[in-house]
Amino acid sequence: MPLLEVRDLTVSFHTSDGLVQAVRGVSFDVEKGHTLGVVGESGSGKTVCTQTLLGLTPGADVSGQALFDGRDLLRMSPAELQRVRGARIAAIFQDPLSSLHPLYTVGWQIVEMIRAHRHIARSAARARAIELLDMVGIPQAASRVDDYPHQFSGGMRQRAMIAMALALDPDLIIADEPTTALDATVQAQVIELMTKLQTEFDTALIIITHDMGVIAETADEVMVMYAGKAVEKADRRTLFYFPHHPYTKGLLESIPGSTAAGERLRPIPGQPPSLISIPTGCAFHPRCQYVMDRCISEVPPLFDIAGGHTSACFLPTQILGLGEDVDRERASAAAAGRAENGAAARLAARATEEIETAGVHLPDAGVLAGAGMSDRSRGPRTSQNSPDDAGTQP
Amino acid sequence: MLRFLIRRTLTGLLVIWLISVVVFAIFFIAPPNVAFLLLGKFQASNQQLVEQVTAQLGLNKPIPVQYWNFLVRLLHGNLGYSYYSHEAVTTLIGRALPVTASLAIGAAIIWVVSGVLIGVLSATHPRSIRDRLATLFALTGLSFPTFVLGLILLFFLFYKLHLAGIDWFPGSGYVPLTQDPWQWFLHLILPWITLAVASMAVYVRLARGQMLEVLGDDYIRTARAKGLSETRVTFRHALRAALVPIVTQFGIDVATLLGGAIVTEQVFGLNGLGALSVSSVVNQDEPVIIAIVLLAAVFVVIANILVDILYAVLDPRVRLE
Repeated sequence: MPLLEVRDLTVSFHTSDGLVQAVRGVSFDVEKGHTLGVVGESGSGKTVCTQTLLGLTPGADVSGQALFDGRDLLRMSPAELQRVRGARIAAIFQDPLSSLHPLYTVGWQIVEMIRAHRHIARSAARARAIELLDMVGIPQAASRVDDYPHQFSGGMRQRAMIAMALALDPDLIIADEPTTALDATVQAQVIELMTKLQTEFDTALIIITHDMGVIAETADEVMVMYAGKAVEKADRRTLFYFPHHPYTKGLLESIPGSTAAGERLRPIPGQPPSLISIPTGCAFHPRCQYVMDRCISEVPPLFDIAGGHTSACFLPTQILGLGEDVDRERASAAAAGRAENGAAARLAARATEEIETAGVHLPDAGVLAGAGMSDRSRGPRTSQNSPDDAGTQP
Repeated sequence: MLRFLIRRTLTGLLVIWLISVVVFAIFFIAPPNVAFLLLGKFQASNQQLVEQVTAQLGLNKPIPVQYWNFLVRLLHGNLGYSYYSHEAVTTLIGRALPVTASLAIGAAIIWVVSGVLIGVLSATHPRSIRDRLATLFALTGLSFPTFVLGLILLFFLFYKLHLAGIDWFPGSGYVPLTQDPWQWFLHLILPWITLAVASMAVYVRLARGQMLEVLGDDYIRTARAKGLSETRVTFRHALRAALVPIVTQFGIDVATLLGGAIVTEQVFGLNGLGALSVSSVVNQDEPVIIAIVLLAAVFVVIANILVDILYAVLDPRVRLE
């Protein structure tokens, strides 16, 4: 039985602008000790999805089921949820400076968390806090424990957050964009630390990111989200080498280093949709260069491809992977699904054109990807740069 | 820290000196006919007597000399003598200050505790019935004139109860704390409430606004994710951060009030600094007026320094430079 079993999770918010459908029926599992990477652009619902599990989305309409160790997190009383938070499911957030209380020392904040769940003396909790800070690589932990967050560097703050998350040896850690606010050089260190400690503690991890590089370094399984839905799920290797969904393909191709040297980077055209007015059919269809007629009217379900690999796209399930040959197959399959001069045909033409005009020329992507990046023997070459930022590369 | 204190004390002294010059000058732009006031209608016609009194008070000397004499006396802790009662100004103020201090500090405690508490409770449930009631209460309190509220309290809690044979609340007067703490408390409770209501309303709004802002901060989400109780999140985490600007405002408000709460003192017959300043202005009792203005200035200057220090104590990110 998986540690966490989320079924058909739906989260929406009533706002003055209308109903925000942040998460629209997402299901996923996290196995004990495994890492699930959740990837998608800003506003894809990935953060809401996981924060709802901890009851951190007040005012949201939530439905579905989230069985954690056999108990439904979404139906727990506030007191029960309080016992789970921190102790069994810990969280690491994006910006460690704003996520730590500015007016309390780092040590105080760790001690508070330990003592909220365990009946131990303040001195023992403090000793544990020092031990944890030392473990995450804070130099002179015994004295830095009394520092305030603003006295720490960005990387140290996130290390302190990690120390806090590990304090009670939780079964699951939810890390929401843990490296986004950090310098590129520090990002790699933090990721390395997280994966190392995860193995040591045998903790399950959900890592939310828009950075395919982070996914490549950490995830066992990957879920790609778009406009509040899971569009593709696969193990990491399959996702990177044999993506099916055009959105996943777009994410992979917009990473510097994914294309051959001298080739153009291909960002995904357009903007992610507003969660108040989600496009009909497949939410990705206005940006998809392989859009077919049925994509505009029908919502694609998650199709089984092979051994746990699923994708919410009407393209034939045997067309997998990256590269020009596969793209040609996709294009011809898509063309077969389009009426001449129909809406889908026009959308596809526009998307293709946008990709070509927005394409960013990299003089030598290989150099960029090779420099400063660690050996990616576990996965294909990717970079720490986010797909969102790809367009700003020289 | 020491450098900060020295510099702030020096600038404070400069401010107080400037105020003393301004106040002193005002009385020579429109000089009161002091001798006339002191001698009364009949003796004032005696020119010789008038000149004698004027000379006694040193008012025949050039203005810079008068100011110099005033400054020298001030530095010796002598604020001069009332033109009217011939008592030392320090004695008059020594009598009035404890009354005003009792009134101001007691009222301040009531308004800050209740105001912040109501503000916090309405911020934790924005747009609830509780929040709307708190807002209504705040606006009512804010727009209620102090003297009207004071008179209403007196009418019901003193007069009506008195008619019914119940004498819980005295109608006026002051009993020193050192003499009888219980009577001191009883005499001040209605003035405290009167004075507290308007300021409480301000603090309800201030605390609510601060709390709403802080409750949306990331570290509050972290506190919840740590598995802390909602009470602890609200008070230990959110209120702690919201308190910094509230404390700043509070320091200045209390200091201002220590200069005298004129209306409340009048309504409840308390002979504090407010009442003293009214009578001395009416009587054109220049030494008393100057002393009260200077004292009020000193309170505000000290409060400003204290608030800055407190700010650094409350927020470790602030450095006193």
